Amino acid sequence: MITRRNFCKKTMLLVGGMAVPLAALELFDPKKLLADKSDKDKVRWVFLVDTTKCVGCGFCVKSCKIENEVPYDANVTRTWVERYIITKDGATHIDSPKGARDGFETSQIDLGEGKFLDIKKEDISKAFFVPKLCNQCDNPPCVQVCPVGATYQTEDGVVLVDRSWCIGCGYCIMGCPYGVRFFHPVYRVAEKCNFCYHRITKGMKTACVDACAFGARQIGNLKNPDDPVTKIIMTERVNVLKEEYGTKPQVFYLGLTKEVK
Amino acid sequence: MVHGELWTVKELFVYPNEYIYWTIQIVMYPFMTGLVAGAFVLSSLYHVFGVTQLKGIARFSLVFSFALLPVAMLPLMLHLLQPQRGIEVMMTPHFTSAIAAFGIVFSTYGMIVASELWFVYRKHFVETAMELRQLGDRTFSQHLRHLLFSALTLGAMDISEHALEKDEKAVKILAGIGIPVACFLHGYAGFIFGSVKANALWMTPLMPVIFICSAVVSGIALCMLTYIVTMEARKLIAAWKRKQYPELPSPEELKSAEVHVVTMTAKYLIMFLILAITLELLDLIFRGYTAVKSWDILRSVIYGRDFVNIFVIQYGMGNLVPFIIFLLPRLTIKRAVAGTLMVLLGVFMMRWNVVIGGQAFSSSFAGFMHYHLPIWPHDMETFKEGLFGALTVIVTPFILFWFLDKVMPVFKETH
Ligand code: SF4
Ligand code: SF4
Repeated sequence: MITRRNFCKKTMLLVGGMAVPLAALELFDPKKLLADKSDKDKVRWVFLVDTTKCVGCGFCVKSCKIENEVPYDANVTRTWVERYIITKDGATHIDSPKGARDGFETSQIDLGEGKFLDIKKEDISKAFFVPKLCNQCDNPPCVQVCPVGATYQTEDGVVLVDRSWCIGCGYCIMGCPYGVRFFHPVYRVAEKCNFCYHRITKGMKTACVDACAFGARQIGNLKNPDDPVTKIIMTERVNVLKEEYGTKPQVFYLGLTKEVK
Repeated sequence: MVHGELWTVKELFVYPNEYIYWTIQIVMYPFMTGLVAGAFVLSSLYHVFGVTQLKGIARFSLVFSFALLPVAMLPLMLHLLQPQRGIEVMMTPHFTSAIAAFGIVFSTYGMIVASELWFVYRKHFVETAMELRQLGDRTFSQHLRHLLFSALTLGAMDISEHALEKDEKAVKILAGIGIPVACFLHGYAGFIFGSVKANALWMTPLMPVIFICSAVVSGIALCMLTYIVTMEARKLIAAWKRKQYPELPSPEELKSAEVHVVTMTAKYLIMFLILAITLELLDLIFRGYTAVKSWDILRSVIYGRDFVNIFVIQYGMGNLVPFIIFLLPRLTIKRAVAGTLMVLLGVFMMRWNVVIGGQAFSSSFAGFMHYHLPIWPHDMETFKEGLFGALTVIVTPFILFWFLDKVMPVFKETH
């Protein structure tokens, strides 16, 4: 007969006995193995934008569209340039017609819905351009929310989209606070800037960096202390966009002002 | 043309890639899951808490909840740009994503409702199967029915008093487990929105609870409405049939049961309605009171651009008016129909205002977007994300319900 005491004893023994081999079963983590052998910790791609150098020509936007096969006439773009005009009354006027693909051809501000605003030169207190692109966040909400893992982050910090896996739900588009994502008009999946991953991993610069005649855009490796970009980030007063979202953006700006959205 | 460009109008400074990406189908999605959860909660009030007055509507809402179930998935599928890959959510779920949990929660819930239905209707299955078995020469359709019902019994042919008692116990347990799962199913639909920190309107931990409460409200309202409509139809049919078979119950007898059930259900409806409104107002007041950075643009959307949608249609016509309708003494069937219709409108507008209203302003906080619902479809996209896509989603559960009623007769006394 099984007494209660006996039962308890046996159960304890059983549980204990099962726990021993389970504890020995440490989960095999392929990443750990990789870390031991390779030197993957050597690269972290970052971007540096010098807003004081940008003239709003839009060459970067153009070259990006061509390089990355985003249909030239589609009203979406992986990178764009914003124009800021702050008038003496303190108002901020912003626009980015067609993402500034053709630069800013008129001095009028595009208000959408076919309306334009004329600002007199003498009313302007300051004006500047701000290029935008995916921030390759260190804590990317787009990766977090993707239900199938089609958006993922590489070891060197770049966030990529797997076109053959994305189901086109748009959750990542909603999750990105910077509004950089869109649906590719041809492939009909999520699309965004990937720092020209196919170029930088071969030692080249991104298409937009190559296209910028004014040196407003630079790409670098934060893990390399001798990289000129790293040196600037480490020693000068750089800033990032929308830090409050906790996304840890890796696109750094020189000369950012409070008006920039 | 870029996805979204067709129905989005931009104003002031909006980031170049921003469009209204989540359209009417994403409004339909929480609306339909809300109905599923609400209908189930209503049926559980009888099964678990023994609210006997709701007996008439309990079985009905359980079957209806089951009919609504596949429809919760339909809007999501219609919305995907790559619907053929939709199944990947189940195959390679990414557990940091709220949508990925959908498959698991949804199938758990589906299994609970299915097994509950099985226990409720087991006696009917067995009886029908036996009846058909006794028939000597079966027609083809009878043969099919026999196969179907024999399969549905799952071989459990015992319908003794004792076995049926056990069935009832099982129903009670399943209904009990079902309530939290149903709430979770819908709460997490709210979580999908509430956890999008990039969107100032959605970002609130109250979102799941608000969604659950209004879900129950909408589920109860829909069950009431459908119940009334089917009962009316039955009355008409009964009056017509009585000409031939006078022994059938008279329309008056059928009617008395109806008013009673409707008044009782209306009480629960009001209870949940109060809860839903309180939470929504709390959210609004809290946002205004704390007035964080995003409040400026939220205020201009809530009190300016969406004023009619939010305060006139949602709160006024969808909440206040039905509230008065149900609270006035001596509720009549006609008034109940008007009331439930308005409640449904109110809940639909709440979903609309959350999903579309949440995209009405740019992440730049410096511009606005308007959504023009595509009415006449001229390609697949405008069909799927337009009026007719939404209508398809609305009609489907009724068609399914009609089929289900053939197998699991809602109005026939079983136990
Ligand atoms: S900027 Fe947006 S798309 Fe790029 S990594 Fe961050 S969240 Fe993702
Ligand atoms: S749209 Fe594609 S990449 Fe974005 S969350 Fe959905 S499945 Fe992932």
